[in-house]
Amino acid sequence: MGAQLRVYTQKIKSAQSTKKITKAMELIAASRIQKALVRVKASNPYARALTRAVSAVATYSNEAHPLTVEREQLKRAAIVILTSDRGLAGAFNSQIIREAGELRAKLEAEGKEVDHYLIGNKAVGYFKFRQRSYIKEWTGISDVPTPEVAQEIAAAVLEAYVSEQVDEIHVVYNRFVSMMTQDPTTVRLLPLEVVEAEESGSAEHLPLYEFEPEPARVLDALLPVYVESRIFNALLQSAAAKQAATQKAMKSASDNADKLITDYTRLRNNARQAEITTQISEIVGGADALASAK
Amino acid sequence: MALTVSIVSAAEEVWTGEATQVIAKTTEGEIGILRGHEPVLAVLAEEGNVRVTDSSGTVHTVEAADGFLSVDHDRVEIVARNAKLT
Repeated sequence: MGAQLRVYTQKIKSAQSTKKITKAMELIAASRIQKALVRVKASNPYARALTRAVSAVATYSNEAHPLTVEREQLKRAAIVILTSDRGLAGAFNSQIIREAGELRAKLEAEGKEVDHYLIGNKAVGYFKFRQRSYIKEWTGISDVPTPEVAQEIAAAVLEAYVSEQVDEIHVVYNRFVSMMTQDPTTVRLLPLEVVEAEESGSAEHLPLYEFEPEPARVLDALLPVYVESRIFNALLQSAAAKQAATQKAMKSASDNADKLITDYTRLRNNARQAEITTQISEIVGGADALASAK
Repeated sequence: MALTVSIVSAAEEVWTGEATQVIAKTTEGEIGILRGHEPVLAVLAEEGNVRVTDSSGTVHTVEAADGFLSVDHDRVEIVARNAKLT
């Protein structure tokens, strides 16, 4: 077998084994998306009930709460960046980091200093490599986020907000839109804007609630939990989006491997034919030489 | 028409169904809810159980603390960070 032929055979083998790996990862991601989506769905009733309650209190009592009031002087802002712990997800993390960078530039242009809270190894790696400072990091939780982690993150940012270290808090995360699309989203977490539940029934009239204890204390209890649930939801969405991005990336990797295999197979066939042609012409040439020597 | 009760925790829906009576502990004290109760939004006590009597008379006890309870139009929602059936 000629050298050229051997090189192509090797390349085909390597593309084939790569394809096996990416195919397996694609299937794993596909099954994990389902699980992640089930978790997102399971957490919905909680978020919906909370949103309803918060808007009820907000509507029927003109309570100004520290968490909902915009401060007059905005000097410092914090950005919470939600990335994944592992890569192999296409532009999933770089999109988020770019989005966060744009937000940072915008905030700095408005004269605010910016603090960062990082979630996921990818963001931490990015900041460490560039030797940029950040306040806090959470890693190893982005695949299966738990309410406890959301609580911890919420406690950390609320603490910073209440003690007036920062005047506003933004969250940048990948929203799960569909299997094919993940949307890098920025939301302002604090001061709170109460978002109406995105259900058709949101137009219904909220009843005139009796509050127990008084509305101000109910708000005190509700708002931090509401913040927590927003963070938890962002974590879950990001986890689902990550799996979807992985699946997409691995699918295109498998497709590319397929294309490589086809291309190299054609080249190998060419090389084989060229070799055979050479051999034939050598034999013919040799026979001719023998015949003319007689 | 009985009460429609749903108990949800941060991670999932814990219990949902029809009930005739719900007893919970709020920061102000125990509250019992029967059908026709006025709309209430109450904060649950630091610790305590919620007892739900369903239409067949069985009492379900749910550990639900650190959350809130809302009642309107015979719909009871108990929302707690941690909630589990006991």
